[in-house]
Amino acid sequence: MGEFKVHRVRFFNYVPSGIRCVAYNNQSNRLAVSRTDGTVEIYNLSANYFQEKFFPGHESRGTEALCWAKGQRLFSAGLNGEIIEYDLQALNIKYAIDAFGGPIWSMAVSPCGSQLLVGCEDGSVKLLQITPDKIQFERNFDRQKRSAVHKMLVDRQYMGVSKRKCIIWGVAFLSDGTVISVDSAGKVQFWDSATGTLVKNHLIANADVQSIAVSDQEDSFVVGTAEGTVFHFQLVSVTSSSSEKQWVRTKPFQHHTHDVRAVAHSPTALISGGTDTHLVIRPLMEKVEVKNYDAALRKITFPHRRLISCSKKRHLLLFQFAHHLELWRLGSTVATGKNGDTLPLSKDADHLLHLKAKGPENIICSCISPCGSWIAYSTTSRFFLYRLNYERDNLSLQRVSKMPAFLRSALQILFSEDSTKLFVASNQGSLHIIRLLEGSFKHLHTFQPQSGTVESMCLLAVSPDGNWLAASGTSAGVHVYNVKHLKLHCTVPAYNFPVTALAIAPSTNNLVIAHSDQQVFEYSIPEKKYTEWSRTIQKQGFHYLWLQRDTPITHISFHPKRPMHILLHDAYMFCIIDKSLPLPNDKTLLYNPLPPTNESDVIRRRTAHAFKISKIYKPLLFMDLLDERTLVAVERPLDDIIAQLPPPIKKKKFGT
Amino acid sequence: MAALQGEFTLSAVPLGAGPNGLLGVEQSDKTDQFLVTDGGRTVILYKVSDQKPLGSWSVKQGQIITSPAVCNFQTGEFIVVHDNKVLRIWNNEDVNLDKVFKATLSAEIYRIHSVQGTEPLVLFKEGAVRGLEALLAEPQQKIETVISDDEVIKWTKVFMVYKHPVLIFITEKHGNHFAYVQTFSSQTLSKYTLLLGQEEKCVIQNFAASVDRKFISLMSLSADGCVYETLIPIHPSDPEQNQTVVRSLLLKAVVSGLARSGVALAILDHDHVAVLGPPLPASKECLSIWNTKFQTLQTSKELPQGTSGQLWYYGENLFMLHGKFLTVIPFKCEVSSLAGALGKLKHSQDPGTHTVPLFVNWETSQGCGFGSQNSEQSKRILRRRKIEVSVQPPASEQLLSTIKKESEKHIEVELCKFLATKRTPDFHTVIGDIVLELLGRHKAEPSFYPRNSLMQLMQTHVLSYSLCPGLMEAALERTDVQMLQLCLQHFPDVPDSVTCACLKVFLSDSVQEEKMDEQTEILQNGFNPSEQNCDNCDRKLNKKPQHAAEETVSCPVVPKRAALLNAILHSAYSEMFLLPHLKDIPAQHVTLFLQYLYFLYLKCNENATMTLPGLHPPTLNQIMDWMCLLLDANFTVVVMVPEAKKLLLSLYKFVKSQVCICSELNKIEVSFRELQKLNQEKNNRELYSIEVLELF
Repeated sequence: MGEFKVHRVRFFNYVPSGIRCVAYNNQSNRLAVSRTDGTVEIYNLSANYFQEKFFPGHESRGTEALCWAKGQRLFSAGLNGEIIEYDLQALNIKYAIDAFGGPIWSMAVSPCGSQLLVGCEDGSVKLLQITPDKIQFERNFDRQKRSAVHKMLVDRQYMGVSKRKCIIWGVAFLSDGTVISVDSAGKVQFWDSATGTLVKNHLIANADVQSIAVSDQEDSFVVGTAEGTVFHFQLVSVTSSSSEKQWVRTKPFQHHTHDVRAVAHSPTALISGGTDTHLVIRPLMEKVEVKNYDAALRKITFPHRRLISCSKKRHLLLFQFAHHLELWRLGSTVATGKNGDTLPLSKDADHLLHLKAKGPENIICSCISPCGSWIAYSTTSRFFLYRLNYERDNLSLQRVSKMPAFLRSALQILFSEDSTKLFVASNQGSLHIIRLLEGSFKHLHTFQPQSGTVESMCLLAVSPDGNWLAASGTSAGVHVYNVKHLKLHCTVPAYNFPVTALAIAPSTNNLVIAHSDQQVFEYSIPEKKYTEWSRTIQKQGFHYLWLQRDTPITHISFHPKRPMHILLHDAYMFCIIDKSLPLPNDKTLLYNPLPPTNESDVIRRRTAHAFKISKIYKPLLFMDLLDERTLVAVERPLDDIIAQLPPPIKKKKFGT
Repeated sequence: MAALQGEFTLSAVPLGAGPNGLLGVEQSDKTDQFLVTDGGRTVILYKVSDQKPLGSWSVKQGQIITSPAVCNFQTGEFIVVHDNKVLRIWNNEDVNLDKVFKATLSAEIYRIHSVQGTEPLVLFKEGAVRGLEALLAEPQQKIETVISDDEVIKWTKVFMVYKHPVLIFITEKHGNHFAYVQTFSSQTLSKYTLLLGQEEKCVIQNFAASVDRKFISLMSLSADGCVYETLIPIHPSDPEQNQTVVRSLLLKAVVSGLARSGVALAILDHDHVAVLGPPLPASKECLSIWNTKFQTLQTSKELPQGTSGQLWYYGENLFMLHGKFLTVIPFKCEVSSLAGALGKLKHSQDPGTHTVPLFVNWETSQGCGFGSQNSEQSKRILRRRKIEVSVQPPASEQLLSTIKKESEKHIEVELCKFLATKRTPDFHTVIGDIVLELLGRHKAEPSFYPRNSLMQLMQTHVLSYSLCPGLMEAALERTDVQMLQLCLQHFPDVPDSVTCACLKVFLSDSVQEEKMDEQTEILQNGFNPSEQNCDNCDRKLNKKPQHAAEETVSCPVVPKRAALLNAILHSAYSEMFLLPHLKDIPAQHVTLFLQYLYFLYLKCNENATMTLPGLHPPTLNQIMDWMCLLLDANFTVVVMVPEAKKLLLSLYKFVKSQVCICSELNKIEVSFRELQKLNQEKNNRELYSIEVLELF
């Protein structure tokens, strides 16, 4: 199949931010997750838990509360005292309104979804009316002098009933009048709201219980503790005959090492996230009707988008962090070896550049040109383009000034293969083409979005000959533009599941599209139809193990000399699809790590199939082909991330 | 369980077996290949797994084979005797027996024995034995006569004992049997007269023998249908003297006594024998496997076409002539256990419901040697009685009525029987009822205290406090500490007040008094004085506490009391409910208990794992919890008592030093973590490498 030299890179020092809030939307089956750096991510639980949208964070905008209201509108509130509504179509912030109560610690939506309630640092609770396109201040409740640090779920003042001096981290008000509180003393308490009396007390942890979420039916709820444990409580009948029901702690789960800062309860799963940066979706087996792969535990750690780009010509890697970029040059070796060997380095990898982003905003996207002379990145409000000059070992950086006004914020940036053109997907749904000249640029064209749609394009792909540009949003189909004639060439029919990766093959100009349900399509751009191979594989279906993978394909590339090969990878495997070989059926061994050296050629031919998979590199954040015989793989071992997290709650091993 | 598997026949062509059946089935030097010699002129080599013959050889018309063909394991050649005196030795490649090596001897041969590890041995009809090599070197040598004139060899076998062959043959003369044992290591021949014991008239029909280190166990199947065992020493104390050996009954009535022919016996392993013959006078012949240890029939198979009364056994296959066919039945004998032995009983009247397990006394059933007649007898009686009991339903009700009037001893016996029967799903409630019934009678007539029966019921491990609420009260009343200990160990739900009452009894002086007389009878003989003192005090009462003499100064209580207190430490309790009861304990007792706890605590801290030796020792947490509880409840009292005050002081000092150690340990832990971090950093240097990957 082929032997490669693999540059195995583990110096991408990426640490995801801890999860601060999660909010589940039952209507669209989507999950909003906010992180400590202010990033908000939207996961589509129906589409194989794909992270389909994200809103970049902001240094001053610590999100403390997140909720869905009025159907599918998403609001957040944070320590800067602002309430923010997100535009889920254009992928930007619709507006931010100051609540004028200091930092906001908690936010809740009324059961009908028409009112928002925020708890502020100054102890006030403010009620806001949600209007069709904004929110409007309605009332101020100012009874308490102390700061309101608990969440309110209904517009009723919560009585201060805690006897010991501890912090109530969360409350839930059930429709039958029961109030459930979780606090810093490790208690889950049930109160009667009418009399203000304690009904039941569960001591579940030695540390804080930090979060609570109740199911829509109010027959089950979930709490998360600072010890990383998640407890499930259920309302169950006391005896089989009587109708009397009782809250019982049913299941503990320990999927986290650190504080569980946020929990959510979907109809079929418990969702938790916290300081250890994992988003854990634990299906409730009794609620799952079909025991398919959805019934498996999901642990999402890495973003479902690329943070790395690569200059093949100069063997450069550009790493994107929240507030800076790093440029590395790969090392080299002259040695050769056989499978599995680690070769001695004749030159180690170099850290060439640390480019600090200006301003408090997080970087949305970045790219390095294939020739290595251009770097572009974008934040929410500014677009940056740099020219790199290599003079022997010296590197000089020059910012290209006077970017046009329309180039303010990009969702995706891409250079053409010959590094003469820059493609920018802006958050207004338009695509800009810019010609790059030595040290300057020229705006060539802007493809405006289809009339009536405002959906932003998140993924771009350009053909190696520079003639075709493919762009995809989160839901609609993939649009293919003719760059020469500057017009829309065709639109690949929309598919039910979002696109996770796109690429156009050299010479054939076949567009390969990977979707979140693990389907891969090949579409011929010149012929405007799916290729024969794509039809065949759709007819036969993918191997069941292929469909059961739980991370999306994030990158697709091609071999310059072998047109039949497609290279793609997700977080746990790297695969070369050889279209000339027969497809595997469910009985074939999909993943066969053993070399078939001793077997006769006949057996080898009989068992060979199109999917050549390697699981050596994981978690794999990026993999690409540098040249015919060289690959680069960027790994981010989980241990390295854990090592950079604050230490978890220490459990003493010895007396005292 | 032993089991017979599917049978298969070896020869499609019926062998020319005369009325005497086959001459023999012998192993060849290759596994799975067997030499079958029929009664006439033919020797066939079979491969058993393939069920097909590999070779066949015949002697000339007019000649007759007189001894089964065997394989010389040292050379791989086959040897057969025809016309009593002529030896033929040949190879697998030879076709015609006429043309192979021939040796004519001067005396008539009874049999040739060939076993792995030695040269073939030739047994002459007159009792002399020669090695084959010596015989071939000089075929016409003179063979001496060993046995007397009218003696006839009936059966023979050879064993390897410590790499040397031992040959045994049985002769008969006027109805008397003699056994000769020829050893080749010391070249001795000893003669034994087999005494038939009680059943004088019985004709011995078949023999089998096995060997262990010192004895040949000769089993004989007599015409009365019973299997007898005779132990013959391999190395006799006085070889010159004619000795007698007695046989003893091993299995009763395995075949019908009326069967005159067609019975055979084979020893399969230490505990299993295979018997061929009709089990009932009228029935067809059967192959059955019996467990001799538990005297149970393990499995049997009917052979309707009749057999020749011959049975061979090699490896895991039984060979016999079934009808006209040589049949192989593979079998399996697992190591016998009581559970495995409770298999099929032979004459069960109702196979559906009637599976009566035997209540076997292990000690007697194992030693079925010379003088085991008595135990045999009692066993049979027991078996009969058991059957009677189980016939009368339902057993529990009957037992309950027995409890109402019978004597303690009788109840005990009946209870034994009841407990031996199969457990029903409601077993625990039945047991609970029985205990309640016993306690009811105890209440009515205080002299009635069926301690043994109650103990036995406790051992079923199904009782709980709520099932028999009065039991512990009754035991407390009578200060039956052993019973209380058992209850504490086995009941999951002892109320705190009762636990505390037990504690009071255990700490009271009554335990001390009782100790002396009990200790005399449970003095352990294998006692090792150098053993750690702590070992002893942790041992449970039923694990036999040691003699009082070895109790050192440091342990404040005698071992028995220690065991009782440990039972308290192990029991479950709730602090809130226990505390008020603890306040009632007199100060001296509190001090004693505290001393004991302190002693345990010190012992705990002697090793790194903070555990005590022995089975189920109290854990450190249990000790600490009880110490805190006791101090909580009685602190003011304890402070007033001078000796307790001293104890408290030393306890305080010790705990303080422990706290110091723990804080130091925490520091060490942090240091280790730092080291680990450094180590990780070292690994982090592997941040970049170029590797070779080949995709297949």
